Amino acid sequence: MSAAQQIDSNTSVDVMTDTDQYLTFILAGEEYGVDILRVQEIKGWDNVTPIPNTPDYIKGVINLRGTIVPIVDLRHKFSLDAIPYGATTVVIVLKVSSEDGNRTMGIVVDAVSDVYNVAAEEMKPPPDFGTISIDYVKGLATVEDKMVIVLEIDKLLNSGVLDNSDSLLQ
Amino acid sequence: MAIDITQFHETFFEESFEGLDIMESGLLNLDIGAADNDTVNAIFRAAHSIKGGSATFGFSEVAEFTHGMETLLDEMRDGSRDVTQESVDTLLQSVDCLREMLGASRDKTPIDLERAEALKKELEKILSSDNNSIKSPSENDESKNTAPASESSGRDGWEIKFKPYHDMLRTGNDPVRMFRELAELGDLSVEIDISQLPALEDLDPEESYLSWKLTLKADVEKEKVKEIFEWVEDECDIEFNELSAATDKADNPANVMATATTAPPQTTDNSKKTAAPKKAATSTDSASIRVSIDKVDALINMVGELVITQSMIGQLDCDLDEFDNNRMEKLRDGLTLLERNTRELQESVMRIRMLPISFAFNRFPRMVHDLCQKLNKKIELKTTGEQTELDKTVMEKIGDPLVHLVRNSIDHGIEMPEERVAADKPETGIIELNAFHKGGNIIIEIKDDGAGFNKERIKAKAVERGLISSDEQLSDEKIYDLLFQPGFSTAEQLSDISGRGVGMDVVRRNIRELGGNIDVSSEMGKGTTFTIRLPLTLAILDGQLVCVGSEIYITPLVSIVESLQIKKEFVNNIAGQTELYKVRDDYIPIVRMHNIFGIDAEQKNLEGGLLVIVEGDGKKAGLLVDDLLGQQQVVIKSLETNYKRVDGVSGATILGDGTVALILDVDGLIELSRNPPTSGNTSTNQVREVA
Amino acid sequence: MASILAVDDSASMRQMVSFALKNAGHNVVEAVDGVDGLKAAKANKVNLVITDVNMPNMDGIALIKELRNLPDYKFTPILMLTTESAPHKKQEGKEAGATGWIVKPFDPDQLLATINKVLG
Repeated sequence: MSAAQQIDSNTSVDVMTDTDQYLTFILAGEEYGVDILRVQEIKGWDNVTPIPNTPDYIKGVINLRGTIVPIVDLRHKFSLDAIPYGATTVVIVLKVSSEDGNRTMGIVVDAVSDVYNVAAEEMKPPPDFGTISIDYVKGLATVEDKMVIVLEIDKLLNSGVLDNSDSLLQ
Repeated sequence: MAIDITQFHETFFEESFEGLDIMESGLLNLDIGAADNDTVNAIFRAAHSIKGGSATFGFSEVAEFTHGMETLLDEMRDGSRDVTQESVDTLLQSVDCLREMLGASRDKTPIDLERAEALKKELEKILSSDNNSIKSPSENDESKNTAPASESSGRDGWEIKFKPYHDMLRTGNDPVRMFRELAELGDLSVEIDISQLPALEDLDPEESYLSWKLTLKADVEKEKVKEIFEWVEDECDIEFNELSAATDKADNPANVMATATTAPPQTTDNSKKTAAPKKAATSTDSASIRVSIDKVDALINMVGELVITQSMIGQLDCDLDEFDNNRMEKLRDGLTLLERNTRELQESVMRIRMLPISFAFNRFPRMVHDLCQKLNKKIELKTTGEQTELDKTVMEKIGDPLVHLVRNSIDHGIEMPEERVAADKPETGIIELNAFHKGGNIIIEIKDDGAGFNKERIKAKAVERGLISSDEQLSDEKIYDLLFQPGFSTAEQLSDISGRGVGMDVVRRNIRELGGNIDVSSEMGKGTTFTIRLPLTLAILDGQLVCVGSEIYITPLVSIVESLQIKKEFVNNIAGQTELYKVRDDYIPIVRMHNIFGIDAEQKNLEGGLLVIVEGDGKKAGLLVDDLLGQQQVVIKSLETNYKRVDGVSGATILGDGTVALILDVDGLIELSRNPPTSGNTSTNQVREVA
Repeated sequence: MASILAVDDSASMRQMVSFALKNAGHNVVEAVDGVDGLKAAKANKVNLVITDVNMPNMDGIALIKELRNLPDYKFTPILMLTTESAPHKKQEGKEAGATGWIVKPFDPDQLLATINKVLG
């Protein structure tokens, strides 16, 4: 993949003791963040092999240097309107850990945005939405006056995808 | 220079456990009263090696324990002791005990000495009982009684009269070597006596004609001096005379022999006992594999051929301007060769993972032996095809299901001797374990000549358990299938032997997880045969590429019976739902792949469509696909590594162009076609068209 | 340095003997039983043979007899490794043509001391 680019998790930005780095991406106008240490690589969108009888948000699987990696469409997962994949559409390949070991999974997002440092105390807990389960939101951070929704990817991709529990924002 | 001998421990344990297996199977094969000499010898050798090794590597408890076994086996071997049931049983128990002792030594855990002590007593009891032999179990007694009365100092040295027999040189002993050693002890002067030397023409250069008078000026004990001549004391006349007071009279050569130097054992034992536990416990379960040298050689040969092919192709492109037909031809040949080389190389590499199935069969003689004693049954175990090779992983996983099936045959299959006699059958039942290759698969049969299954009782029980309704008509196949249903084997059947919490459903599930299946055939009063079919390897599969819509799937070649073009007149429709296709005398349900998988397919009409008839788990089905592509070997990749199990799909592979193709799970597909997914979430609506 | 043939059906003993000898700078040829040992002895002219006694296929005693029948090995030192302190095994070995013996268990140092005696 020519569009593929490796993210080096040891990039130059200063790492303070209780500051975490987040890679942010855009999804339907909102900015979301994931722990940069979990990001394995970022690839351009390429065709996937669909898996039968799986939820729509599982786009299929790709061959990532010999291993089979499932790809989740985050717009679908969040029940947002689908848009055609374009030049900025990327797949963020993430390391997901669960009780039975680590998995590698990819998420399709509209575009990659930036890398931010967020101190732990700057992170606000997600507001209580009542009935809606948003346990995969780790918190909300304000960076340069924008809100970044920081995702708990283990929860999002383990319970949310593997267990097929579709308790979504809908 | 000190060599750390702990580095050989792993090899020692490995070979010792192998030795124990040899002993066990040998003991089980011994005919009481008429033991086969080779077998006894093999058992003895194994015990002997374990003893030698354990003493050398500092496992003195093991060495000591094995010594008793070795002594008994040695007497059996030289015929001085009869092979009795009692001694065989004791030896078998000793093998178990030894296995535990070795395991404990390896894992650096405490050895259960109590058990060892008890068995040692039993062995000693046998050894001291009736039978002839007066051999003492203690081997070091000679060295004890020859402990030299060390009368030190006060002597000038020794005069040694040494006259080798003519043929001493033939044992490779060189007098000069001994003199050199003597010289190391002190000042040595040598007088040579050539009086016996014949005339030159009569001289045989291979004989020794000389004799010597040696004077050693050193205050050393006689033992030291004698030790130097230890190896040749039977091949010479030798006299040792103390120089000073001449108190020590000539030694009689005949009794010199008794002074064998067995001193080293005690000293080394102690030094090593302390050395052994130093090293941190190593993982016992190192996933290594022992590969026979033949396989490695085959691999090297393959690589050699590959290199030749490569250089052959390499020569072709040296001058690209003149790429004529001739070269094209050669290139094509080269590529064909390359393809063959690659395939052979692949096969050779896969073969490294293959082990003979005897690894799994080996435990059964003992099991049958023990269970027969416990149940008072008489059973002979016959095995064939022990050399049939199986992938190591498959081997490890097939062990438990096999144990379950064999236990089942012993417990429920073979009748009590008196029942058998009453039924006009030989008193001794037979259980056969057969392994063989059949069309890309390994077949393992577990066959008994016991009572067989009572179909009515199986049915009754299934009704009782609510698995079927009482009025259901079932084929034999279906009835036997009930045996494998969860919830069929129950407490009622749980005995100490076979019902150990795992039912036949678990057996079948384990086998299926390996990509195999299991069938039963049984005849009341005659016996039962379980047939297990397993893939040769788990890593590679011969596949048929099929096209459904825009998707490519791999169908395992082993499950394809045939492929055919649908002719309308053979399609039958039951109640507007189930489509059956008539193939000769068979009606086969049609599985519309695009429906099952929710794919937009080209071929939605049956007419003219392609049907791939597959067979899985004894059931056939016709898969409706759009196109058949090529056949190829594919490397199986798991979907579960990063995702999870998907119904109807056994895994995935990567095609030549780098894209992923899913491998179909035929059994799962058939199941899926019966119970289509309800929450499919797929783009097309499911229509229940198939049975 | 000498070229030595080590014959033993026990892999651990063979490894230890071989390791000790190689460590002392000798060339070592290994064989797993008498038949293998005889083949190896014919293929490599060695200066010393160290053989176990109890082995499958062909035992140490038979191997020694066979070796002594070969012109190349008429006078070559042959040592047997034996746990049997019982004199009859040594006797048998001697009669077959063994130069001497090393009694098991032994450690690498004892082994080297003994072979240094015969290699000279």
